[in-house]
Amino acid sequence: MHLAYPAVLSALLFCTGLYGVLARRNAILVLMSVELMLNAVNLNLVAFDVWLAEAAEDTLHSGQALTLFTIAIAAAEIGIGLAIVLAVYRARGTSDVDRLRETAERGHPDGTGGSGADAGDPDGAGRNAADRTEAAA
Amino acid sequence: MSLAAQSHGFLSPTGVEITFLLVGLVTLGAALVTVTTRRLVHAALWLVVALGGLAVEYLLLTAEFIAWVQVLIYVGSVVVLLLFGLMLTRAPIGPSPDADSENRWVGLAVALAAAAALVWVVVDAFRTTYIDLDGAAQGTTEVTGQSLFRGWVLPFEALSVLLLAALVGAIVISRKTAEEETGPGGTAPVTPPRRTGPRSTGNGRRGITAAASAAARSRATTTPATAPEGEPGPAPETSNSQAIDGEAPGKGEEVPAKGEGAAKGGEAPGKGGDLAAKGEDAPAKREDAAAKGEDAPSKDEEGEQR
Repeated sequence: MHLAYPAVLSALLFCTGLYGVLARRNAILVLMSVELMLNAVNLNLVAFDVWLAEAAEDTLHSGQALTLFTIAIAAAEIGIGLAIVLAVYRARGTSDVDRLRETAERGHPDGTGGSGADAGDPDGAGRNAADRTEAAA
Repeated sequence: MSLAAQSHGFLSPTGVEITFLLVGLVTLGAALVTVTTRRLVHAALWLVVALGGLAVEYLLLTAEFIAWVQVLIYVGSVVVLLLFGLMLTRAPIGPSPDADSENRWVGLAVALAAAAALVWVVVDAFRTTYIDLDGAAQGTTEVTGQSLFRGWVLPFEALSVLLLAALVGAIVISRKTAEEETGPGGTAPVTPPRRTGPRSTGNGRRGITAAASAAARSRATTTPATAPEGEPGPAPETSNSQAIDGEAPGKGEEVPAKGEGAAKGGEAPGKGGDLAAKGEDAPAKREDAAAKGEDAPSKDEEGEQR
């Protein structure tokens, strides 16, 4: 089999997962896209392992062993990730990654502001600072 | 690698290659639907198709042990976990129009650029490289087990420790704290309607048939009791992702328009659309309580799958 078939399929699957990670809002959909990316890597590992086992007489089967490790780590990742998503959902009432901006540098209370809210933000930050100094005084 | 590449024709694909290509197209299509569909549960179900297609690809590459591990772990466990996660975060069954972020076009551009670069590099690098699949299978359980327990014993054992740590960590993170058990301080005014409310509203919201209309009816009847206290409190936060931008009056027009609100739309406007739309948030809190109760079984199942 031509090695380009699994390699190209793996690259396309990886980029599909990349788009999902960048474009999705629900945290669980982001986790699904991460799973797609991990699976693309697994396909690459298996294909190159089968190739190298014939071509380079590789008896260690690094690719397949690493694929098994990747699958186990992905299972652990999905468990921890879902636990975090559920904890965040319980605390915040949403699993929307666009609205979880508490650790952003300049917080937007509505959470919907993109670049448009950034324009008016220095004013708000200044007002908050002024409030804080008033409260301190 | 000096491979005997001359015996392979460029445009004469073998049967394995044709099968690989067809299954690959199905896999890629399912993956594309997974990342683009607006129905969250459908995304998880298309992910099953994509992962199953990848298992078939592993079989075609003679890595059968990996293929069965893929079916067991991914299709059997990870997707079930994802579906549980969708259920516990009250993901809507119907299409949610804001499933994609506003900067999806930036993401699309980045993904397309990465795809173009990767495909170009990979095709250019491995243009004359062929996998010989005619010999002994490279990924039988015997071969994989020998390589795993001869050369990879220490990483294998370290991985078991990692799985144990992940298990304990997942339980610790998703465990209720002591003050949540005794009664939440911030959501204390909402607690009595949560207890008195029927549990069946949580299921009826997802149900299609008679349960949905019954739940909608009960929701509409319990609305006057719950709405005055539930509304000024944390209700705007508990609204699902379907009403990000709008405030409470805006929800009234939005909710019945969606496919998820079909059963609601039949019942609720007769009793006053605005009240029903407000009551949409009050059962949400009750559903949250139901979701907390179902948290522990999902974790147990996760432990079993590992």
